[in-house]
Amino acid sequence: MMRAFDASRPVLIAVAALLVVMIVLPVGWLVVYSLSDKDGGATLGNFTTLFTDPTFVDPLITTLIIAVSVSLLCCAIAAPLGWLVARTDMPFAKSVRTLVMASLVTPPFVGAIAWEMLAAPNSGLLNQLWRVLTGMPADEALLDIYSLEGLIFVIACYTFPYVFILVANALDRMPGELEDASSMLGAKTWDTARRITVPLALPTLLAGALVAFLQALNLFGSPAILAIPAGFHTLTTRIWSLFQFPPKPELAAAASLPLLILTVLLLRAQAMALGRRGYAVLGGKYGEPRLIRLGALKWPAVGLALVVLAMPLFLPYAALFNSAFSRVASRIISVETATLHNFRFTFLELSSTMPALKNTFLLAVSSATVGALLALLIAYIVARQAVAGHRVLGFLATAPLAIPGIVLGVGLFLAYTRPPLTLYGTLWILLIAFVTIELPAAYQQLSSAFHAVHPELEEAGRMLGATRLRTLADITAPLLRSAVIATWCFIFVAVIRELSAAVILFTSDTKVLSVLIFDLKESGDVGAIAVLSLVMVGITTVVVAAANRLGGARNAGRLHARAVG
Amino acid sequence: MRRRTLLASTALLPFGARVVSAAPPPETITPALIEAARKEGKVNYYTAMDLSVAEPVARAFEAKYPGIKVAVERTGSERLFNRIAQEAASKIYKVDVANSADAAHFLPWKRQGWLAPFVTVEMAENVPAEQRDPDGTYVNQRTHLSAIAYNTSLVKPEDAPKGFADLLDPKYAGKMVKAHPGYSGTIMTATQQLAQALGWGYFEKLAKQKVLQVQSATEPPKKIEAGERAIAVDGSDYLFWMAKERGSPIQVVHAVEGTPLITNPMAVFKAAPNPNAARLLVAWIMSAEGQQFIVDLSGQYPANKLVKAKAGRPALASIKTFKEDPAAVEKQADEIKARYAKIFKV
Repeated sequence: MMRAFDASRPVLIAVAALLVVMIVLPVGWLVVYSLSDKDGGATLGNFTTLFTDPTFVDPLITTLIIAVSVSLLCCAIAAPLGWLVARTDMPFAKSVRTLVMASLVTPPFVGAIAWEMLAAPNSGLLNQLWRVLTGMPADEALLDIYSLEGLIFVIACYTFPYVFILVANALDRMPGELEDASSMLGAKTWDTARRITVPLALPTLLAGALVAFLQALNLFGSPAILAIPAGFHTLTTRIWSLFQFPPKPELAAAASLPLLILTVLLLRAQAMALGRRGYAVLGGKYGEPRLIRLGALKWPAVGLALVVLAMPLFLPYAALFNSAFSRVASRIISVETATLHNFRFTFLELSSTMPALKNTFLLAVSSATVGALLALLIAYIVARQAVAGHRVLGFLATAPLAIPGIVLGVGLFLAYTRPPLTLYGTLWILLIAFVTIELPAAYQQLSSAFHAVHPELEEAGRMLGATRLRTLADITAPLLRSAVIATWCFIFVAVIRELSAAVILFTSDTKVLSVLIFDLKESGDVGAIAVLSLVMVGITTVVVAAANRLGGARNAGRLHARAVG
Repeated sequence: MRRRTLLASTALLPFGARVVSAAPPPETITPALIEAARKEGKVNYYTAMDLSVAEPVARAFEAKYPGIKVAVERTGSERLFNRIAQEAASKIYKVDVANSADAAHFLPWKRQGWLAPFVTVEMAENVPAEQRDPDGTYVNQRTHLSAIAYNTSLVKPEDAPKGFADLLDPKYAGKMVKAHPGYSGTIMTATQQLAQALGWGYFEKLAKQKVLQVQSATEPPKKIEAGERAIAVDGSDYLFWMAKERGSPIQVVHAVEGTPLITNPMAVFKAAPNPNAARLLVAWIMSAEGQQFIVDLSGQYPANKLVKAKAGRPALASIKTFKEDPAAVEKQADEIKARYAKIFKV
C-alpha cells in the first residue's frame, strides 16, 4: 500500500521562507538605506545627522519623555483599577472590565481627534462648559490638549487598558492561599494587600509598564494630530515628515533603527519580567482568590471606575456624536440645530468614502483570513514539534513584534518600490504589512490554544493513515474553532484601526479608512471625521459582537489582552 | 543673428502669442469627445481645493455628463506634488487632471514632459494670456488670496490687526492659527511672497507668538469659525467668505502690506489613464458654465473673462496684492520648507 505523501517538510520550508522574506526583506533594506547617502554610496552620515541635528535629537528626547510618562501614568491608573476589579467586591466589576476592553476598539488617532474636540483650549467643549460654570474669562483655558501634557494624557487614555488587562488577569490567577495564610496569622486586610498582593503583582505591573512604554514609543496617530499643532515632533512624526517632498528615505531608515533596537531590548526585558513571575504563582491548584470587602468604600470605588472610563470612552464618544450632527464641531447641538449635513457630505459628496470603505473591508477580511491561517499553521508545527527546526518558526512568527508599524511601513516602502516585486500602489503591499504586523499576536493566541488540545486525538488520526495536514484540517482545526475565530476577529479589528504603516504605503487607489480620516484631519473637516469614525467603530463593534457569539465570549475577550504583546 | 530675427518677429505678433508656441489648435467640446469620455467612464481629479467646493464641482460635472464619475483626490498641493512624483517613480499612472495651488509645480512637470497640451476655444479667447502656458500645457483655473481673518466675537473690529506687522503685537500671542508651507501650496506661495516682501526675520518674530500650527490652508478658516483661535494669519480667503456668508462671525482683512495672491493652474497629464474624460473635465471647468459654478459656490476669482466675480466680494483689482512668481517659488521651495520647519519647529 502506498503511504500518502507527507507534505509537512515542504510546508515547513515554504512557511519559513515566507516569514524570512516578510521580515528580512524590509528590515534588510532599512539597514542598507540607513548606511547609504543620496547617491547610494556607503556612509555613516545619516547617523551623525540623527544624533547631532537638533531636529532629530529634540524629537528623540520628547519621545522618551512621553513614553516614560505614559508608562507611569498607565500603571498609576491600571493597577488600582485592576485590583478593584479582580480582588474586591466592587459592584459592577464585570461591566467595568468589559468597558475597559471596549475602549480598545477606539483607534488612538480617533481618540486624539475626539479629545481635541473636548479640550482644545478655546473651542473645547470641556473648556466651554468650565467657562459657563465658573465664569472663567474667554481667553483662559482649563485644559490645553495642544501640549506635551495633553498628548501624554491622550496616549495614556488608549494605552492603560493594555496594562489593566495584564494586571487584572494576573490578579485573577494569583493564589488565595498566601493571602489566607497572612490573614490567619493576624495581618489586617490592608496589610495583606500591601505585603502579599502587591509584591506578587509587581512583575506583571513591570511588564505592563514596558508594554505601555512600547505603545507610546511607536505610536504615530495621536502625536501627528496633537504634537504638530503644538509645535513639536515625536520620532514617529519626524520619520513620517521625511517622506514629504523631497523624500529622504535614507534619513527615515536611519531614524527608524533606534525605534527598532529599543523595541527589541524592551521586549527582552518584558519577557524577563513576566518570566520571573513564574515561581510565585504557578504550580499546583489553588483556591479562588478571596475578595476583599470594601464596605463603605464600595460606591466611591465605582465612582472612581466611572471617572476613569469617562476618559477613553464616555467623553470622547459624546464629542464625536455631537460633532457628527453639528455644522461646527465646537457647538453643542440641540434638537433645532442638529443637522445631517455631515452625513450627506460623507456619503453623498465625498468621493473617497466608498473606495476607502471597500479597500478597508477587503483588506481586513483578507488579512484576517491569511493571518489566522498562517498563524494556525505555524502554531501547529511548533506546538506538535512536527519537524526539526520548528523553534525557528516560532521565533520568526514573533519577531515582527519588534518592528514598529511606521518602521515596517518605511521598510516595506523601500523593499517593494523596486523590481522584481513592485507592489507599491497595490493592495498587496498593505496586505503584507497588516499580516506581518498582526502575526505575532495571532500566533501567540493560537499557540496557547494548541496546548489545550490533547495530541492523542491527532495521533489517532495519524495512526489511521491521515497525513499531518489532513489531521490538522479534520481534527485539530475544528477543535480550535473558537480560538481561530477569535484570532480572525482580532486581526480584522486591528487592520481597521491601523494607521502608521498605511500612511506610508497608501496611494490614491489604495486609500483606507484610517488614512482617509487622517487626510480629512489635515484639512480640518472634523464633521466628516466624526461620521467616519463612528462608522469605523460601528463596524468593529459588530464584528467583535458577532465573533463573541460564534466563538464564545471568553475567548474573544481574552484575546485583546494578548494582542498587545 | 538668428536670435535677433526671432525676437523681432515676436514683437510683431499680437500680445500673448509666440513664434515657438507648441500649443495645439483650440478645441471645442464635441460629441466625439463626450462619447470617448463616457467610454472611459471615470476621471481622477487631483486637487487642493477645499472639499466643500471640489466635491460639488465634481457632482455638477457628473450631472452634466452622466456616466462619467469624478474621483476627487484632495490633499495639500505639496502633498499632491510628492504623491504624483512617487507614483510616477513606481510607474503608477493614476492622475488624469492635476490642479495645484502652487503654480511652480507646473514648471518641472512641463519640463519633464509629463503634461499633455490641451486648449479649448474658450480658453484661447477668454482666459488672459498671462494665465495660460503659451504651449498650452496648463491654464489657471481660478485665483484666490491667502488672507488674514478674525472671529468678530473674539476680537472687536477696533482691536483687529490691519496687516502683518500688527500680528507681532504681544496682545495677539496665543490667539493665532496658521497653515504650513510643507503641506499647502497656497501657504508655500504666500510664504515666498511674504518672505520676499517682509524678510525671514518677520517669520522668526511671528514664531514667538505661540501660533497654532495646522497643515492645510483650508483649516485656519475652520479653526477661527469654531472659535479655537481668534485670528488666522493665513488661509484660503474663499473659505473665510463662505463661512461669513453662512452667518459665522468672521471678518476678512486685506493687509496694508499686501495680500498674497495665488493662482491655481490645472493640467491634463500625458500618462492619464482617462485622457478623454480628463480633457472634457478641463474643458467644462474652463467654460463659462464651469467657471460660473465655482464662482457662485465659492466666490473665487474666475480665470474666464466672461464670468463676473461674485457679488458682495471685493473686486480683485481693488485689493493690494503681492506678485506671484512661480519660477522663484520653484527655486526656493526646498529652502522655504527647511527654513520654515526650523523657525516653527514643525
